[in-house]
Formats: sequence, C-alpha cells, structure tokens
Amino acid sequence: MSDVLINVQNLSKYFTASRNFWGNPTSFVRAVENVSFQVYKGETLGIVGETGCGKSTVGRTIVGLYKPTKGTVSCAGEDIHTAIHGPNAMTMRRKLQMIFQDPYASLNPRMTVGDIVGEPLAIHKITSGKDRQSRVYGLLKQVGLNPEHASRFPHEFSGGQRQRIGIARALAVNPEFIVCDEPISALDVSIQAQVVNLLEELQSEYGLTYLFIAHDLSMVRHISTRVAVMYLGALVEIAAADELYKNPQHPYTKALLSAIPIADPAAEAKRQRIILTGDVPSPINPPSGCKFRTRCRFAMAKCAEMAPELITGANNHTIACHLVK
Amino acid sequence: MSDNLFTPIDASLDTSYDFSRPSTSYWQDVWRRLKKNKLALAGLFIIILVAIIAILGPFFTAYSYSDQDLKIANQSPSLAHWFGTDNLGRDLLTRVLYGARISLSIGIVASISTMVIGVLYGGIAGLAGGRIDDLMMRLIDIMWSIPWLLYVILLMVVMQPGLTNIFIALALVYWMPMARIVRGQILSLRELEYVMAARLAGAGSWRIIIKHLIPNSLGPILITATLTIPDAIFSEAFLSYIGLGVSAPMASWGVLASEGATSLRSYPFQLFFPAIAICITMLSFNFLGDGLRDALDPKMRK
Repeated sequence: MSDVLINVQNLSKYFTASRNFWGNPTSFVRAVENVSFQVYKGETLGIVGETGCGKSTVGRTIVGLYKPTKGTVSCAGEDIHTAIHGPNAMTMRRKLQMIFQDPYASLNPRMTVGDIVGEPLAIHKITSGKDRQSRVYGLLKQVGLNPEHASRFPHEFSGGQRQRIGIARALAVNPEFIVCDEPISALDVSIQAQVVNLLEELQSEYGLTYLFIAHDLSMVRHISTRVAVMYLGALVEIAAADELYKNPQHPYTKALLSAIPIADPAAEAKRQRIILTGDVPSPINPPSGCKFRTRCRFAMAKCAEMAPELITGANNHTIACHLVK
Repeated sequence: MSDNLFTPIDASLDTSYDFSRPSTSYWQDVWRRLKKNKLALAGLFIIILVAIIAILGPFFTAYSYSDQDLKIANQSPSLAHWFGTDNLGRDLLTRVLYGARISLSIGIVASISTMVIGVLYGGIAGLAGGRIDDLMMRLIDIMWSIPWLLYVILLMVVMQPGLTNIFIALALVYWMPMARIVRGQILSLRELEYVMAARLAGAGSWRIIIKHLIPNSLGPILITATLTIPDAIFSEAFLSYIGLGVSAPMASWGVLASEGATSLRSYPFQLFFPAIAICITMLSFNFLGDGLRDALDPKMRK
C-alpha cells in the first residue's frame, strides 16, 4: 500500500456525563475508546456502525473539532492537535476538511452561498475581490451548481444542492483529507447516487483521501477501499471492502452484514439474519473486557476479563476478537 | 409499451435547476411577512407617527410645557387648549406632546441599553459555558427573584429621582431577560454544524460570534428589544406615578397621569389624555413585537 496519510493511535474521547456540586466530572460517556487505524493516501476508508457507536466522534476528533482524551492523531507524521494550536495552525487546517450530515444545519441561513463557499478563502486570505469571486464560481461549477447561485441563500436550495454547497466549501482550501460525516444519509436515494458520484469524481481529480462515515452498508461497500466496523466506541474489524463483506470474521460484523437485503428474491428468501438480542449497553458504563460480549453468541469467560487486541491476519484483515487467532 | 416510444430529452431542456422564485434575502422575507400582519403594520405606523409628533409636535404649539397661568387653570378642552389645561394653567396638549419625548426616549434608551448589556452578558455566558455560565446565570436567578420594584425604589432613593437615573434603573432591570434569551440562543447555535464548519475553516471566536452567532439570534433579540420598550414606558409611568420618576416641571406621561388622577372627580380629562397616549403607544409596540415574532420565525415561512 501507499503512504499513510492519517495515523490514529490509541484514540479515546470521553465526554463528561455528570458533574458533582463543585463542577468536577463524576462520570463519562466513553464515546471512543482505544481506537487505532491508518488512512492511506488516496483511499476511502469507510466507517460503519450503529448510531452512537462513536464514528462521528472519531471523524470530528481527526479534523480537530474535539480534543482527544487519550491517544494521538497525526497527518503526514505531524500531530494534528499540536499543529492546530501552534504557529502553523492554518497550514494544518487547510489539509483537513469535513462534509456534514445535515444539509439544513450545515449552512448558515443568513449568509449567501457565495459567502459560505468564500468564507474559508477569506479566513485563509487565499484570494480577494474579483479573484475570490471567480474562485467561488469555479467551485460551484465543479460541484454542479450555477455561478448565479452564489447570490442566493441556502433556504432556496434542495437537500442535494445544499450538500453540494457543503462540498464546495470543503474543497475551497484544497484539502488533502475530507471527513464525510454521513453526507448522504439525509438525502433521497436518487440524490445519494449523484452526491456519491460527485465525491468519487472529485477524489480522482484531486487525489483526495476520504474518511466516509455512514450506516448505509451497501453504499459504503461501493465507495470504500477499506471498511472499518465500530461497536460502542471500539474498533472491532477493519479490512478491504470486498474482503470484509465476503468474509466477515467478527460476530458483530457478521450480524451487521446479515441485515443487508439482497436484490434477488430467490437469494433474499434464503438469507439468514443473525438477530442480536438485547440493547446496546450504555457508553457511560460499558461492559468490561470485550464490549460486544453482552450480545455475543460466542461470549466466553475470557471475554469479560480482557479486551481483545486488534490482530492482523491474512489479506490484511484486522479483527479484535478472542475467537480469532 | 415498447421502448421506441421514448426518446431521451435534450439535456439543455432540463430546467429543474432553474429557479422561478426571485432571490430574496432574509430581511426581505421578514418584511414581506410583516406586511401581511395588518395589526403589526398599524402598530408600526402609529409608532412612527408618535415619534414624529414627539420630535416635531412641541414646535407647533403656541404654549410651553412649563409656562404657568393660574387664570386659566383647570380649563376643559377648548379650541385654544385642545386637551384643556392642568391645575397650574399649563396647556395639557403641549405637556402630552412633550411627555411623548420623555416616554419614548426612556423606552428606546432602556431597550438599547438592555440589548447591549444583555447580548454581551448572555453571549459571554453561552460561549464560555461550564462554571462561568453557571455562575453568571445563578447571579441572574438571584437578582430576578428580588422584586424589581424594591431595588428600583432603593436605587431612586440613593440616586435621587431624575431622567438619567430612570434610564440607569430600568436598564439594570430589563437586561436580565435579554441575557437569558441570548444565552439560550448561543447555546443552541454553537453546536450547529455550520458553526463547526466555520471553526474547521479556521475562524476565530470573534468571527464566529459576529458572522454566525449574532446574525442568527438577531430575531429573538429584536423581539425582546421591541417588547422591552412598552414595558419600560409603563414602568417609568408607574415610577412617576408614585413620585419616583422625572421631577416637575418636566412631564412624562406617568407624571401627567399621576397629576390628573388627583383631580379625577372634577376634571377627568386631565387623566384621560395622558392615559390614552400611554395605552395607544403600548398597544402599538406590543402589536409590532408580536408581529415581528411571527415574521422572524422561519417556521412560518410559506
């Protein structure tokens, strides 16, 4: 494989859940716990998992919106969180951008589209006056909008168009790495395909690297080079997309993938769903050892005692499970 | 149906991306909605009228607000004195017109000063969060739990009644609801994705406050400010009524109503005219405030 662009090492992010009278934290939401992975230059790493499993938190921590509780995130060897608070903050900021989930909340309703797309340019003092205007027009054209749209306000656009505006804003500073935080989950299926195709076109044109967070499993398979599966703040499995979908190893991944419907009635009738019992435990008080053990069919005594390490086996297939040797 | 019945459409004919609606800014939309609310529009019209009368009115009367003429004391409304005269023979119309200046300026100054203090205080509390926020909000809770009249009376006793001190006293009371509203707005807005996007782009706190947070909380700020004006006018009238307001011979509507009330049985018109002025102005501001609230609420968008 090519070079590592983003290196996440033992990342944990806790949020304070409650405080005592003096304002000192007494309990934490363990949103992300001890997660490590790499994103290679030019690839798309998909992250899947249930709502609340910490995938968005991972994305936001990588781009520097959240400060990691433990562990490090580095971009091309440079620690992101040291960099964005240091003298070269702007250089680091320009490398990392994000596309947001909700196209209605991610655009300031009081700003014109031109101002929204031009804001990163203004902050980074990249261009000014006429140059900035033509750059904004160029960006709008690139994402399939008309330059005339620059003077309009976000409420005049449909969800898919708003998402394109968000993409144009992310592209404005020529980033290397874009976190796509469920960019299509709020869109209609027909529009989803358009946005995903646009993201793919932009990737091949600019050699972008994506972290694609989603819960649409088939869309993730389509767009991703590799796929990571998260459960309750922990990374359980990571492998090349085809390898993961054809040969899932972790019991949670197996259950998750068994939920994908097959577009063939004969095959669909034979599909065996693995139904997980019980609910996802609270991230405030997660189970000891392996976090999945409370719902796992194969749970053993060992699972409660220690958390499984991520082990890389054949085909670069990495799994965290005591069953897999 | 066979496939040859269909031909692909010329891509240039696809007009789904063209908009027929002309581009409107947020404030154009607000104005469009406000115009539909007849009551609010009437309120706005009356407020403008009252403001013009307050500014220009006193120049067009033949009398001064302070000239006494005991020979014509307590006259009923007549052609010479449209609103009659008071117990010292002063022209009541002139005094009501002059009172409009004082009452309106109290309303506007109170509203602007609460806006400045409230937005700053609430903005800092909302942005800082955590312990600072807790401390600042508990302070408001404590101050708000004391009846405001109590400490306004204490203030006026300490500072002597007068116009400036009424400004100060009212500003000290009315900033609290504003601060709460602004804090609530900032708390809900700062977690929105467009604020995150701005932070990702490298925007500093000031840019986020000025470009993103304040413009988006302007609606509730404006509504509160508009509704503070009638409150302040009424509070001043009340303070003047109990003798803590502006001092003679200056005449706010409250002072006039207070003087009129003492001779209510013999000369009811002396209370009637200032009371009508207070009523109309307060109603107008309240109608305008309600209309603005409807117009600024984006969920009402049609």
